[in-house]
Formats: sequence, C-alpha cells, structure tokens
Amino acid sequence: MGLAKGSPRTGFYICHCGTNIADTVDVDAVRRHAEELPGVVVSCDYKYMCSDPGQELIIQDIKEHRLERVVVAACSPLLHEATFRGAVERGGLNPFLFHMVNIREQDAWVHEDRAQATRKARDLIRAAIRRVAYHRPLERMRVGVNPNTLIIGGGIAGINAALNLSMAGKRVYLVEREPTIGGHMAKYDKTFPTLDCAACILTPKMSAVRDSRNIVLWTYSEVEKIDGYIGNFRVQVRRKPRYVDEETCVGCMQCVDACIYKDARFPSEFELGLKKRKPVYMPFPQAVPPVVAIDPKTCLHFKTGKCKEPCKEACARDSIRFDQREVVEEIEVGQIIVATGFQTFDPARLPQYGYGEFPNVYTSLEIERLVNASGPTGGQVLLRNGQVPQSVGILHCVGSRDENTNRWCSTVCCMTALKLAHLVKEHTGATVYSFYIDMRCTGKGYEEFYDRMMREGVQFVRGRVGEVRDWEMAPEEEGKLVLRVEDTLAGFVRRIPVDLVILAVGMEPRADAEAVQRMLHISRSNDGFFLERHPKLAPVETTTDGVYLAGCCQGPKDIPSAVAQGSAAAAHVLAMISKGHIELEPNTVAVLDDCSGCKTCIPLCPYHALTLNEESKKAQVNLALCKGCGTCAAACPSGSITQNLFEDEQIDAEIEETLAHV
Amino acid sequence: MSEAREPRIVGFFCSWCTYTAADLAGVSRMKYAPNIRVIRVMCSGRIDPQFVLKAFACGADGVLIGGCHPGDCHYIEGNYKCLRRFRLLTRLLRDLGIEEGRCRLEWISAAEGDKVRTVVNDMAARLRALGPLDAPGRFRDWGKDLEELEHAMAGEGPGESSRAIEPARNE
Repeated sequence: MGLAKGSPRTGFYICHCGTNIADTVDVDAVRRHAEELPGVVVSCDYKYMCSDPGQELIIQDIKEHRLERVVVAACSPLLHEATFRGAVERGGLNPFLFHMVNIREQDAWVHEDRAQATRKARDLIRAAIRRVAYHRPLERMRVGVNPNTLIIGGGIAGINAALNLSMAGKRVYLVEREPTIGGHMAKYDKTFPTLDCAACILTPKMSAVRDSRNIVLWTYSEVEKIDGYIGNFRVQVRRKPRYVDEETCVGCMQCVDACIYKDARFPSEFELGLKKRKPVYMPFPQAVPPVVAIDPKTCLHFKTGKCKEPCKEACARDSIRFDQREVVEEIEVGQIIVATGFQTFDPARLPQYGYGEFPNVYTSLEIERLVNASGPTGGQVLLRNGQVPQSVGILHCVGSRDENTNRWCSTVCCMTALKLAHLVKEHTGATVYSFYIDMRCTGKGYEEFYDRMMREGVQFVRGRVGEVRDWEMAPEEEGKLVLRVEDTLAGFVRRIPVDLVILAVGMEPRADAEAVQRMLHISRSNDGFFLERHPKLAPVETTTDGVYLAGCCQGPKDIPSAVAQGSAAAAHVLAMISKGHIELEPNTVAVLDDCSGCKTCIPLCPYHALTLNEESKKAQVNLALCKGCGTCAAACPSGSITQNLFEDEQIDAEIEETLAHV
Repeated sequence: MSEAREPRIVGFFCSWCTYTAADLAGVSRMKYAPNIRVIRVMCSGRIDPQFVLKAFACGADGVLIGGCHPGDCHYIEGNYKCLRRFRLLTRLLRDLGIEEGRCRLEWISAAEGDKVRTVVNDMAARLRALGPLDAPGRFRDWGKDLEELEHAMAGEGPGESSRAIEPARNE
C-alpha cells in the first residue's frame, strides 16, 4: 500500500450489492488490486455500500485515515452518486473529491464471464483512482425557484396535481388543448369497481379548478415552447381563439339555440362522433370553463362570411367575438408537470375485427358514451338500427399484448370490459360474452368485482377472438356478427353469434408525444410513453430536473394511480418550492488566464453564457447561464476552458488507465 | 496469448442518453461483449477529438461515441457539434491510416438499451476482424525507422542502431 509521492490519500470502497455484483465480479480481487495503486490508503469491500453502515465506513475512514479522495465502485452514479457524495460531505470532505465507478449496470449485469468482468472492473477502478487525484473542491451554486408551476394537460392527473398545488396556495398554469378540462375520465359513465358515476366524482374537481384563485386555466391552448431549467423555465402558450369571450360567457346556450343551423349536423368530438353538434357548441353540459366555443371549420361566418350571425344577436352579454385572434402568452414557471394522457388504440388497424366495416362493432370508449345517461342515446345501448341487442361480445386486449400492434398490457381494459359487461347487461338484459386471454384484475376490490361478474352470469370465454364476420353458417347466425374463437379451456374452436361487439381497446402514447418529448428534453421508453427517471424509485421524475410526469403519459394506468401520481408530482413541486432554491451541479466551465480571445467558443454556447470581456480581451462565462455541457471546452483551440468534474486531465487519466496493461 | 488480442474499446457516452441506455441494458440484464470501457461525459459535445486520438495512442482498438438522437440533445445541440467534429476527425483518422469502423458515432437514446448491446457486440466483432491497431507499437516502429534514418545519415552502421532500440514489450 505505497503512498506514491504526490498522490492524494485515497479511500477505495467496493460494493457486493448483495450478490448482484459479487456473483459476476471477483470483489476481493478488485479490492486487492486497488490496494496496490498509488495513493490508496484504505481499500475495502462491503455487502451494501449504500446502506447506513456502508456510508458510515466512508465517514469514519475519512476522519481516521485523513482521506483526501474517495472512490466507490458500486451501481450507476445516476442512482447513488448523490448518496455517496452526501457521505463524503458528512465525513468532512468536499463532496466533489469523490468519484463513482459503475460496476453493476455496466459490468456485472451485462457480462457473464467472471474473469472478463473482473478485469473490466479493475480497469475501471484504476481509471477512477487516477482520475480522482485531479479532482478539486467545488461549491454548488444556488439559484432561486420560481414558485409558479405549469401543468400540461387537464385530465384527472393534471386536475388533481393543480388542486393540490392550489391548496398549498401556489400559482398554477393549467394548459389544456381541448375546449374543456376533464380528459378521458369525463367521457366515462361509471368507474370500476365501485360503479361510482364518473361525472359525479370528477365534475366537482373540475369546478374546484374553475373556482380556485390560484389556478390560471387556459383551455383550447397549447404549450409551444419551453426554455430554461429547473426553477426558471420560460414558457410560451398559444391560446387558440374560441371566438367567445371567456370572461363574460356564462354558458347559457342561447347562441347555440339561435345558430343559423337549426339542426346539429357536425360530429361532436366529445361524443366521438356518435352525436352531432352545431358550429357553436358546448362540449358537454358540465364543461369547465362553462363557455361555448365556435368551430371556424364549420361556422358559416368563417366559411362564407355570409351568415346573419343570429348567435351574436341572441347573446345578451355580447360574448360572441368573431374578431378574436390567437394570443401567445409568455409565462415564467419554476417547475412543470406533464400530464398529457393517452389515446385509445384505433381498432381499424386490426381489420379482422371489422371496426368501421360492421356498424355494430364499437370501441369500449364509444360504449361508455352509449351507456351514459347524458350520452347520445340517453343511456340506451342500441344497435345502429335502434333495436336492443340480445347478445353482446366483449373482446379484451384489442391493441394490447399483441406482437403486431402494441406489446404491452394496457392494465385497465380487463376491468373496463368487466364494468361494461355489467352495465350492458343492466341496460339491455342481453347475454354478454367476455373473451379474454388472462383476466388481469389487480387493484383493490378488482378481483372481487370479477367474482361478482361471474355470479351475475357473464359468459367468460378464454381465448383471443380470431375474427368478427357476418357470414352465416347456421340458422342462429342469421343477421348476426359471428365471433370465431378458440376456447382454450374447452379446447376447440367456437363460433358465437352476437348482435353487438365491443372492442376493449388499449392505451397508447399520444400521437404528438414525440413533439412534447423534444420540447421538454425528456425521454420516451420503447413503447413510446414518457420515461421516468427510475422505474422503481423515481416513477414521477424525469431525466430533466423540474419536469415531472403524472397519469397515462407515463404508461397505462387506472384512475386511482393517475390521481396518486398527480399528487406525487405536486409533492415534488411543493418540496422544491418550500426549499426555495436549487443547488446546481458545479460542472460548469471556467476560462483560464491563457485565453487568447479567439472567440471560437462564443457562438458554440447554446445558452449564450460566453462573451468576450472587452477590457481583458478574454472570454468570460456567466455561471448563471452555463448548464455544463462542456462543448466549449472541447472546442477551445488553446485548451483554456475547463469543465469542472470533466477536466481534460481527469478524462485523460481515465483514458490512460483503462487502457493500461496491468 | 489469445486474450491479449481481444479488441479494446473506449466508449465516450453522454450522461443523458447513451450512458442511461447502457444502465438500462444492465437493468434489463442484456449481455454484451466485455471489451468496452465507458467514460461518462455530460454531453457528446464535450468529446474533444483529442480524447479519441489519445485513446488510440494509448492502445485502444476502437472508440465508440454515444450521444442523443438529433433533436433530442439535453443541451439543445451538443450532438450536432459532436457530429461536425466527428466528420472531420474521420478524415484525419483515415489519413493516419486508422481504418474506418475503428471510430464510431452512434445516437442511442435513454430507452435504447438494446441498441447499446447490438452496437457494442457488432463493434467488437468488427474490430476482431480488423485485428489489433496497436498504435503504441506503430509509434515504436516509426521511432525505430526514424532513428535508423538518423543513424544512416550520420554514416553509422546499422548494427549499432539495432542495439539502441530494444524492441519494447508490453510492460
């Protein structure tokens, strides 16, 4: 354990991570290897370095052995760097005189050959021990946190987050693309497994949003641009004209009655086209804000300019504004909650199910509207010819658990299908068949609901339906839709004739998820949903500080989970607001004295943090703007810019040592 | 010694996308060639071409640069700057006689753990086919040539010069 001249006193710690690392890497061999390296005065291994006793080892050794540097070989620094920096700091050493080596995610877990994995670990720790010698003490910079929050998406997750924040007295900008908040939940009739009326539990929350003084609600609006970073985001929101003054309109609907079109003749977006609306319309009676909107694509005033505008006349409050223009609002917020939700799978992609081909094939969302008392049929489930169906088939996993469409389980469709089985049975008395692959009822009270459906006499058939056709092969199939399915429990193929088919469609990422992802600099997982920072331990945070996820934009989930995630995101936001400041990583750049003032770096900085000091004729950096990417350091021709924690000497040392033959 | 001939790859991965993807490959327990040693940087824009040259000079057989997909850079456009430098560097490497394929730039997003696996495996296979680069050995040979040339110019015999430059071994 020689202490080479000039090498700082270094403590090296290697973690077994139970057996996660120790199974593949010879921990003891690596520890012994470290022991021989210059400067290493302590080299030890421990079962779980991140545990309290593990951290205590570091703290004690710093004091006892007067350590000047610490290296920990364990999991990814993205997971536990902060933990160990904290331990180093508690030991009385500057937390940046520390380096972490990833021998779990990028070694033990990805290699099988123990000798090779051990060799790799040795190379990596050698590099770290050489590198850390070049570290210097650094201070984190503090910046204030703007207490305002932007929430993108006014579904139940966004609503709940907004209400939580508003309850704490914090200002929220809630931006919703549609003319009303409420999201998908507003379209549902009942919620499983309690069969609460969705509107009865949602609309009070929507009204609370409207009534809150702390919530600025911008519906019919879209976030266009986001700049800045945690604590200090600048956001542009484009507010589309609804041609109605939101301040004065009270939603009396006089204009709708007066509209030149006497009959509603345009498909209602809210009712999924199952009902018609006029060019001036309210999406649904409990819409928030309770304000009508005029659709310029169908309004005669905009189409021909030759409308008598009876709506304008009918409005006692003079709220119709044909001259309304698009407005771009600029706001400053400290943090952002993304709650943009999902879209349902389009079953036209699976032609074998006949959606769009046979009129009596519906999606589960359409049936939600049909069973709803305020829906297009006033709550009656009817065939397109107006008759009551005698038999109904519900297909699970349409656009879920399918190699050809979406591979994931959408988690809620089994319960949705069961709920609809109950509601359809209740409304029509029809025989209901439910075709499932596996019944996934994993929430509180869900399995009991499944039990109840079995007792209620829903016919369960285990098997994925092959096709829905109208070819009759027997008298009882006449005029019916025939489902061909392999009953995997009975062990033979069945043909089941029904009047109505319901496709329990899965959840997918919204079509514009990629655009949102880019705007926020966050990531998406392979399925296209937004990626959380850690699948277990940070399911609400993203890789961008200050941006949080809530609801189905992160992955399919049921209402309670979306609500919980909304609250969790709000808790993160509140924690940051009450702390009042953030500590920025000190990986910013510094300009050295030998800068020649060539100005190469200045146009490279995406944040305009570099300028030329006219007096000294050298570049200077504004640390409040520098985000620490280091692109200027890479470009400086004279090597006069260094990036903290990623200095040339540090990286060079890593390169040399990982490649050294030892 | 067959182990010594295994190609050695140095990876420079940006923290936000490719390094995270490599972590994901680990969490997903994907298996790939153990030839790579990853050095983490905050952004692919930090990767000074000199790092790549240094890696080759120190004995790397290949260098893999990993950054965010175009448009996805956490620092807005660092990956484009990386691409510009990479293009220029590729030409320089060609002139230095370093085969194409020894230095590779890949866009790997945080979700593409599988791409880390396939790229590393593919690169290891290609480098195995190319054989060792052994830049340190080449430098020694060049040094030897130069020295012989100097001796020849000074009018000395070749016998003495061979003694002066002992063939270096891997220390």
